[in-house]
Amino acid sequence: MLRLVNVRKVFNAGTVNEKVALDGVSLTVNDGDFATIIGSNGAGKSTLFNCIGGSFYVDEGSVFLDDRNITYVPDYKRAVQIGRLFQDPMKGTAPHMTIEENLALAYLRVAKKKSVFSRISQAERNMFRERLALLDMGLEDRMKQPVGLLSGGQRQALTLLMATLIPPKILLLDEHTAALDPATADKVIELTKRVVQENHLACLMITHNMHSALEMGNRTLMMDSGRIVLDISGEERAGLTVDGLLEKFSAGAGRELDNDRILFSKIE
Amino acid sequence: MGSLLSLPVIISALELGFIYALVALALFLSYSILNIADLSTDGCFTLGCAVGAQVVIMGHPVLALFAAMLAGVCSGYIMALLQTKLGVESILAGIIVNTGLYTVNLAVMGFSSNLSIFKSDTIYSLFKDVLGNTSYKLVVSIVIVLIACAVMAWFLGTRLGLSIRATGDNSDMVKASSINPGFTITVGLCISGSLTALSGCLIGQYQKSCDINLGTGMVTIALASLIIGETLVGKSSVFRRIVGVIVGSCLYRFAIAVALRLHIPAECLKLVSAVIVAVAIASPYLKSQVAFQRRKMAAVSGGKGGDGAC
Repeated sequence: MLRLVNVRKVFNAGTVNEKVALDGVSLTVNDGDFATIIGSNGAGKSTLFNCIGGSFYVDEGSVFLDDRNITYVPDYKRAVQIGRLFQDPMKGTAPHMTIEENLALAYLRVAKKKSVFSRISQAERNMFRERLALLDMGLEDRMKQPVGLLSGGQRQALTLLMATLIPPKILLLDEHTAALDPATADKVIELTKRVVQENHLACLMITHNMHSALEMGNRTLMMDSGRIVLDISGEERAGLTVDGLLEKFSAGAGRELDNDRILFSKIE
Repeated sequence: MGSLLSLPVIISALELGFIYALVALALFLSYSILNIADLSTDGCFTLGCAVGAQVVIMGHPVLALFAAMLAGVCSGYIMALLQTKLGVESILAGIIVNTGLYTVNLAVMGFSSNLSIFKSDTIYSLFKDVLGNTSYKLVVSIVIVLIACAVMAWFLGTRLGLSIRATGDNSDMVKASSINPGFTITVGLCISGSLTALSGCLIGQYQKSCDINLGTGMVTIALASLIIGETLVGKSSVFRRIVGVIVGSCLYRFAIAVALRLHIPAECLKLVSAVIVAVAIASPYLKSQVAFQRRKMAAVSGGKGGDGAC
């Protein structure tokens, strides 16, 4: 469904700061795939997402979504089919607008056929309320409040709802629970699992938590120095422990994993 | 108070307050909502006045309003084009458009620096007989401004209006909703330009003349009105903010009227405006500082010693 062919992205090309962020990455994500991505610092995980989401264009290679070449499609057009969540809970919502207005904007992705001069209808309002109630955070009673008043976890849950209000083809999660406290992070993770499962979404999730990397989804990718060094699924993945994963990483990358946050989370 | 502000002074302050409220409303959209400092406001205001004056001279005072708004849309569109398609920073784009507009305005006025429309009918004189001699200008201004405000309030609740509001709030999120922020900026600046030009056109018809320097300092005045309004009326909802724009604009005119009554010479008016603007913009900050100092004093004197008094 999503296919990257030989994608290459270089930052600051031709200067001393030249950095090859993606070095010929090829990847195929099938319908219903839920892949977790882990990797060392600066491995190119977020760059990979930016190339898929269209935040910048790749230097070489192509990106296909459902066999349509989207390599040069701008990010806002890709957003119809690609939902994204970032580590920063502030990034996905407009703080000075109400919860209801934020949801209405997210709903625009499909409401394209409606007139740009139409307003939020009562039916839509009811639908938003129902969906908010599913988050189980009491947000359905605060629809007229500005989003800036919500906590980070609530904002991230709302962003998740907004990204999946109209199920996209693929959901990109960039350490979307990393900035949350453990209890809220667990809640958002549970929500993520449920939303992905209910809508049968394809999903890529960057995480620094080795346990959830193995526990969630059906596939795990490991990245290092702009390359995918490990891609495991099925039986090979089923019996794998965190230590086993680290060993496999060293074998694939030819060096130890150096992501401090991953190593810290391993102690937990 | 009575000696300071007589009825005619109050009425004329209200008239000007309402007319200039349109510029403040334009900046509300471009500055408060879209977060763009639109420095083309001065030129755009004069453009509206010049275009309006020419159409009035042709004998169409009502059409003049729409012609001026169309001219304002063009000005806003060029401003947006520079920003979204050519990568010019918003402040520079405003300065560039403003500079260019000076020549355009002169050309519209037939390469003369002022234009008189004393002999022609204006939107005001049309209603003079119906509305009576004392308040006809005020009523016409209020009606036009209230229509503009109502349309704005309605517009900001539509899908397009929501997208424009989100663009200034979080443009990443706008992209994630599959809306092109370049498009929303363009629409916003066009609307803002049309309101500025409409205000210029009304002032031209109000004064029955147009001058090439009419718009000078307009952006500062409008900003002051906007901030006075936000400080006094609050910014909790779109409706409140729009009411604040009108209140702020009228209060600013009252301040100027008082200054004039205190026999401050007309040559010093720009300085007076600058002071009013500075006070208006600084006051929310000063207020919070005073509150903080009070708390600090209370904490220091209430505590055991001078620990916190550094």
